Amino acid sequence: MISALQKIYVKNDQLKAYTLLSPALILIIIAMAAPMLVMIITSFNTQISMVEIDRTFTFERYEDFFSKPIFSMLLFRSVKISFLVTVLTLLTTYPLAYYIAFYVKKNKMLWIILMTLPFWTSYLLRVFSWKVILGNKGVINSALVGSGIIDEPLGFLLYNQGAVVLTLAHAWAAFAILPLYVSLDKIDKSLLEASYDLGNSKFETFIRVTLPLSLPGIIGAILIIFIPTVGDYVTPQMVGGTDGRMLSNMIQSLFGRANNFPLGAASAVLMLSSVCIIAGIVTYITRKLTLRMS
Amino acid sequence: MYKKNNPLLVYCIFYFLFLYIPVFLLPIFSFNDSFHMVFPLKGFTFDWYIEMWNKARLHQALWNSIKVGVIASIISTFIALFAAKAFTRYRVKYSGLSYGAILLPFIIPEIIIAVAFIVIWTSMGLKLGLVPITISHILYCTPFCLLILISRMDGFDKSLEEASMDLGENIFGTFWRVTFPLLLPGIIASLLLSFVISFDEFILAFFLSSSDQTLPIYMWSQLRFPKKLPHVLALGAIIIVATSFIVMLSYWFRNLGQSNSNRGSHI
Repeated sequence: MISALQKIYVKNDQLKAYTLLSPALILIIIAMAAPMLVMIITSFNTQISMVEIDRTFTFERYEDFFSKPIFSMLLFRSVKISFLVTVLTLLTTYPLAYYIAFYVKKNKMLWIILMTLPFWTSYLLRVFSWKVILGNKGVINSALVGSGIIDEPLGFLLYNQGAVVLTLAHAWAAFAILPLYVSLDKIDKSLLEASYDLGNSKFETFIRVTLPLSLPGIIGAILIIFIPTVGDYVTPQMVGGTDGRMLSNMIQSLFGRANNFPLGAASAVLMLSSVCIIAGIVTYITRKLTLRMS
Repeated sequence: MYKKNNPLLVYCIFYFLFLYIPVFLLPIFSFNDSFHMVFPLKGFTFDWYIEMWNKARLHQALWNSIKVGVIASIISTFIALFAAKAFTRYRVKYSGLSYGAILLPFIIPEIIIAVAFIVIWTSMGLKLGLVPITISHILYCTPFCLLILISRMDGFDKSLEEASMDLGENIFGTFWRVTFPLLLPGIIASLLLSFVISFDEFILAFFLSSSDQTLPIYMWSQLRFPKKLPHVLALGAIIIVATSFIVMLSYWFRNLGQSNSNRGSHI
């Protein structure tokens, strides 16, 4: 009996593959799918005391979310900020990835390591560092005032949405550089030569050949920056001020002082679903646009 | 391919400064003899580094972070190891779906996972603390480990494993005697990087901690007080140097015994 089973096992590659995959899939089911399911269920419940939740099914939390303008406003702002971060990061890192892929000959790996190393160093401290740079008594202002260029410190540098976008674009740079570099480096250089031979200028070659071929990298970067940054908590909390507050800060207070788990869960559900839908649309449009250009 | 592009090189240098100035700023101020982070610097001091030694809560938080990081990195590396083997060695049905599912925690905003965890954990009546933090870190680290290990596995000769199977080893024997030793540099890289990720992780720990703090939570609680700031900067400087060293080490391990073509193809 056992040897018969063993024979089936040895012959069946699917079974072997899924045996190997089982720990990872169990982890995903237990530690991600199940908690998210409970989160969705909870978003249809009601908080009745500090610790008690009434489990009766209701849409009231979603009604709460849309009846108070602050929630929709924060959701819209979160999406707007992470959209701006994605665009800014792509635009600023593309030339860099392009340079490493096409101009750097020796030590490409060293360039990549240097460009991604800051990503691994403490996220909290990097964000805090921007607060120090942009603050009223910060590096920029003390330098400007000290050198006599201005009399009063520039107040608009910190505690606004611009500061949040800048800090996030700095924090997530590595996630754009890597996919962009990988897709640019893969491009067959003879295609570019062919384009030149056919009379295309450098710019035309970039638009018609290089850019469309780097599309997988661009879409990859969009997905791994746009989706996670929408839920960033540390950056708006540290450098955003009131103007830069995002939905995640509200969610945190719903699980803290405000103590309304169901409303917090509903906010999280709405945040995730809206960002996924928008990411899907953005990816689709990017693909269409680039294909048309080529 | 191209010879030179000086404007682009200048741009790269400026971008490089943009990336590194915020990182270097804090270590500079950690030696500054003042509570305020303002230029010009006041004077040179080691006081803040000495002050760290008598902070009991800091030591407790450090120890918690190390515990969580070590456990999370070991478990997520092993889970990813088996999965990487399945993806690179078999034609799995629905492999795209499974692959996507395992990489999802890497894409989903961390705050969503944090919310989902706190909701399920409290609705089961369990106490928050290091246990849910560790589990959530395993979930969060596994995608990174998987990417590292898959790129490593793509780089070595499959026929070595086939030879072992032909010689009568079963799938687990082959794994331990052939695959594992060949993968060891990749495994070490995965352990190091996932440890760094867990060690630095803030949001999950922030939502799921009770009285037990991890190091980022400790730093967060201290950053608000100007008087306590300098010793956090000193701590931060040490963390920056240590993690940079670990990351460099892991890059070195990843490229150990790899052919040139495979170097640095992923993260």
